Amino acid sequence: MRREPARGLLQHLPVIFPGLMLTVFFIVPFGTMVMVSFFRRQPGGFYVPDFVLANYARFLTPFFGNVLAFSLYLAVAVAVVSLVIAVPFTYLIARAPRQTQVIWLVALLSILSLSEVIIGFAWSTLLSRTAGITNLLVWLGLMGAPQALVPGFSAVLTGMVYQAMPYAVLVLYPSMVRLDPTLTEAARTLGASPLKAFFTVVLPALRTTLIATLIMAFIFALGSYLLPQILGRPSHWTLSVLITDQALYQSNMPFAAAMAVFLVLVSLALVTLTMFAGKKLEA
Amino acid sequence: MNDVDLEVPNGRFVCLLGPSGCGKTTLLRMIAGLDLPTTGTISIDGEDITRLPTHKRNLGMVFQSLALFPHLTVGGNIAYALRIRGLSREEQASRVEELLTLVHLPGYGDRPVSKLSGGQRQRVAIARALAVSPRLFLLDEPLSALDAKLREAMQVELRQLQQQLGITTIVVTHDQREAMTMADTVIVMQSGEIRQAASPVEIYRKPTDAFVADFIGSTNLIDIGRDGDRAVLLGRPSAVVMPYGVSKATLSVRPEDVELTAPSPDLPEATITFVRDLGGAIEFFLDAGGTQVVAVTSPRARPQVTVGDRVGLRLDPARSVVLTR
Repeated sequence: MRREPARGLLQHLPVIFPGLMLTVFFIVPFGTMVMVSFFRRQPGGFYVPDFVLANYARFLTPFFGNVLAFSLYLAVAVAVVSLVIAVPFTYLIARAPRQTQVIWLVALLSILSLSEVIIGFAWSTLLSRTAGITNLLVWLGLMGAPQALVPGFSAVLTGMVYQAMPYAVLVLYPSMVRLDPTLTEAARTLGASPLKAFFTVVLPALRTTLIATLIMAFIFALGSYLLPQILGRPSHWTLSVLITDQALYQSNMPFAAAMAVFLVLVSLALVTLTMFAGKKLEA
Repeated sequence: MNDVDLEVPNGRFVCLLGPSGCGKTTLLRMIAGLDLPTTGTISIDGEDITRLPTHKRNLGMVFQSLALFPHLTVGGNIAYALRIRGLSREEQASRVEELLTLVHLPGYGDRPVSKLSGGQRQRVAIARALAVSPRLFLLDEPLSALDAKLREAMQVELRQLQQQLGITTIVVTHDQREAMTMADTVIVMQSGEIRQAASPVEIYRKPTDAFVADFIGSTNLIDIGRDGDRAVLLGRPSAVVMPYGVSKATLSVRPEDVELTAPSPDLPEATITFVRDLGGAIEFFLDAGGTQVVAVTSPRARPQVTVGDRVGLRLDPARSVVLTR
């Protein structure tokens, strides 16, 4: 069907409004950041307009390379672990009676109302030697002596997965509920065990949603800067932590902006790659 | 679901027919193992499969929603059962092509299922269910998504396919025409029970109760009383024999077996209230002393009567059934 070209302000509004929002809330701030990333820093915390590459050159060192690699590694780990837990979890919820579904979803949503700081300190207590869950294991006779699980990589991972999981479930839930339950039944009549049907029918049928969830959890984890500080050692600090540090405590805005721009570019590249891989899988 | 005792001989085409909620789909799902019966057993070829999981039953099933896998092509859908069983790619490909030819879709293997028409999707679902030569072919309202013309054509095609393969088939349907077209045996169900199981013609000619008589085709159900060993029909004595031991019964007469004649003292009389001329058949709605009777004639045998005329009704005792329950 051919549509008449839009005329006048009113007919253009559906395009103008989102465009305006995108400009005000994304393009302008991001553009400012890109500009600042080329500015020259002055001792004492200020910066002057300029065009220098010094800020970018500064993180072409093994130290920043390692931090970037660790940040990406952590974000991928969080995304994968969240997905691996969220998929069976959501699948079971989606198959449960309506009442049960509501209870679980409300419980998950309540996690979203917790601030990152509260989640961080709750987990650091739960994983501590004096008051943590290892005491419970000792009491049950499964462990000899209570241990401190924090700070450490697993603690950072646990906290971030805990935080990313509700989002992953919320992205997965609508597609899981809409998935025709007779697809699994059909697979079973064709000779697939329930588990095999899950892997050969349910997951492939949902692969677009799975990729979307993976990307969302990845980006979510990439931006996290509090949990690595609360639950990890300095070696577990991500690029986001360093950006915060440079921007807020070292007052080095141009360098923080340069790192942020770099992080955005790297994650965009990874997301594009994932979507491309997803398309390839589809064909 | 209560007290259902059903035996399907090998190679037969059986239709489970009934109104929605009568338990026909539940019965089919129990045979497939998707629902479990609380008591009783299900066996195939003498082997008890009541507790055997669905994927080990070696069945082919077509679902009402068709349940084609959206992420696979036509060929991928059909080959699914073969892939699960670990057949080689070459074996899969040749079997897929064979099945596509069987359902008249040769060369469609590489198309995505979303690009198919309703009838084509139907054929793919049938081919997929038949891929591993199942011992039982189950179809749950398989044609309900198709438009009327296509549905009629598919009924004939499905029946021919079943005869060609000689596969034992059970179809669930609520469409009595569909059941009459395809089945060797029609099983009429109501509220979880089997009301009658017989050949289509026998079900039509000799229904065992008023529900079956009314559900299969259309019929006139007329209350009759006893006078000696004959029945009193619409206030006149008739040639219909009353069965032993009942004083009241219901007579089922198909509309095409009601003949309109000139009024006569020994025939029941009725007034024509409405005439529906459908071109291929003409329906006369009659009022016989408060009982509504419908008569159908072909245009060639049309009696010259109109609304308001009084006519005599001639009912052939040999073509009517006395129902005592």
